[in-house]
Amino acid sequence: MNQPNTTPATLFDKLWASHEIVARDGESLLWVDRHYVHEGSFHGFNQLDRRGAKVAEPALTFGVADHYVPTHRSAGGPIANPEIARMVDTFNKNVANHGIRSFGLNDRRQGIVHVVGPELGLTLPGLLIVCGDSHTSTHGALGAYAFGIGASEVAHVLMTQTLWQKKPKRMRITVDGRLADGFGAKDIALSIIAAIGANGASGHAIEFTGAAIRAQSMEARLTLCNMAIEAGGRCGMVAPDATTFAYIEGREFAPKGEAFERAVRDWSQLATDPGAQFDHEVRIDASRLAPVVTWGISPEDALPIDGRVPDPAGETNADRANYIRGALDYMGLTAGEKLTDIAIDRVFIGSCTNARIEDLRAAAAVLAGRVSKVPGMVSPGSSSVKRQAEDEGLDRIFREAGLEWVDSGCSMCVGINGDIVPSGERCASTTNRNFRGRQGAGARTHIMSPAMVAAAAVAGHLADVRPLTVGRKV
Amino acid sequence: MEKFTRLTAIACPLAVENIDTDQILPARFLKLKRDGAHAKALFHDLRFDASDNEQPQFPLNQSPWRQAKIIVSGANFGGGSSREAAVYALFDYGIRCLIAPSFGDIFSQNAAKNGLLTAVTGESDNEALIAALNRDTSQTVSVDLEAQTIVCGKLSIHFDIDAARRTRLLNGWDDIDLTRSFHAEIEAFKAAHVRQQPWVIPGHGQSD
Repeated sequence: MNQPNTTPATLFDKLWASHEIVARDGESLLWVDRHYVHEGSFHGFNQLDRRGAKVAEPALTFGVADHYVPTHRSAGGPIANPEIARMVDTFNKNVANHGIRSFGLNDRRQGIVHVVGPELGLTLPGLLIVCGDSHTSTHGALGAYAFGIGASEVAHVLMTQTLWQKKPKRMRITVDGRLADGFGAKDIALSIIAAIGANGASGHAIEFTGAAIRAQSMEARLTLCNMAIEAGGRCGMVAPDATTFAYIEGREFAPKGEAFERAVRDWSQLATDPGAQFDHEVRIDASRLAPVVTWGISPEDALPIDGRVPDPAGETNADRANYIRGALDYMGLTAGEKLTDIAIDRVFIGSCTNARIEDLRAAAAVLAGRVSKVPGMVSPGSSSVKRQAEDEGLDRIFREAGLEWVDSGCSMCVGINGDIVPSGERCASTTNRNFRGRQGAGARTHIMSPAMVAAAAVAGHLADVRPLTVGRKV
Repeated sequence: MEKFTRLTAIACPLAVENIDTDQILPARFLKLKRDGAHAKALFHDLRFDASDNEQPQFPLNQSPWRQAKIIVSGANFGGGSSREAAVYALFDYGIRCLIAPSFGDIFSQNAAKNGLLTAVTGESDNEALIAALNRDTSQTVSVDLEAQTIVCGKLSIHFDIDAARRTRLLNGWDDIDLTRSFHAEIEAFKAAHVRQQPWVIPGHGQSD
């Protein structure tokens, strides 16, 4: 699809080159193939309206209602909270006024934008994809260049279908070895972030590669690329392969027939050339990983489940000791206590990170025939995932375990639709951020894989999932 | 957009790493319109307690830092969520310059689109600046974007910023007009892009 390159190029270099319109003052103007908008994109639409401008490419723009949608809506009827109803109404008006195709509250295809895009075949290898949400890095799992943008950039893309960007540096994270059963992509992601830090990939485009990545399902790659932003990365990506092509084929907006064959030929070129240079290389061995949980207030505060809460007294660096003290104070933890002694008040299984069908299966495999000691909520990543899970009987397993089975949305990951963790309560969560107040003011969040959340539910405290999966298919 | 050339003002130290955008603007304030009360939402859950009383230990609640137009923070300021409202909250409060060893990528991009300077310093320079501000809280800091310098008393340090961001801030430019000046290039690119890779169009081949 591109001119043959004489110098070896990385996957990211190829994606950058195929979208560059002009270069100027250290930045390039890039063409955008897909722009996803949601209720939170209203600032961007308001900027557009203030200029009296039109959406440049409505056919390349897609709307999904996810951030504010209620998750208890099966009964139908209007949205009870007027402020939230206003957010969803504003979204509906914005997409309708600008002729943008959208998957709103009552559409069968509604769900979290980063689940829906790949699911509908809108997200494809080789595309440049943006959305006013930091977890847009998710879509890179299919071999796309996908990144989150702010409201002013949303407005710019709406008006011009382009964006000015400085080319990021390139980082390759190679995950060798084989991941043992019961370990999820989340364990890989959190282990990487703990190793390189929450801004370890700042200013970089990350390519994930290696035997463990090649062996991953599409769902697992989506989880991994989703968390690239939690390492500070501008985007995360995996070169497309047979797994990717099999995932895409037949999806609603994917190329069909002859067009699909042609696309696969092009997509097969999207790989890093042998000898291509990266600015930064990281290697980890998947076979040496243990299931991981977070103890603090940043995703980098992650440790293997058999560890202990860090002790600031053991820190030589005063700033680091201060940071740990602050985190322990907020989280209500004691230095040196065993992670498995941390009792929880509730669980949440959901979000663009870990609410795809495979995630729900992994949690259900642990919960089947068991009861959760704490209340909790399961919100599937999309309405399609919800239907599929119900066809497989997973909803029954969650309900019988005592968890609530609700509709799809961002829900308790960002806590703006009314689903929050009450102040002072501790939640084991499949989400992506354990920031102070992320799940509600004063909420204490421990992030981990869906299987580990299920183990915490069964135990009533943070727990190693491995003993619970003995003799079970996970 | 407001220009940024030079600024001399009170600077408030926040000597903590990883101040994410959820801290800068908690999610429940995301519904605010641009003309809404973003200043009050700034660092809301750090500045105020559950009964909306000021937390006296938070630096911005202390004199003279309450009047700060500059914040000096630890590394990775503004990581996390892409919410541009975090920038609106800082701007509406009166902050015009942030100084830190590193910033969240999306955050600093958003800042540059709103006339807010993110100045990247070396770790040790940043520590020296915070120490100086804590020694004498009343002294002002002068930031010169043209020269890329920060001066505080006898301390003079260099800061980094991307060339394009610097140009944009110095001139108060807005991208849209610049981009529209490339209309012909954009149209030509689009035509070639779709011709070379027809599958970039959603649903390509479905009517074949």
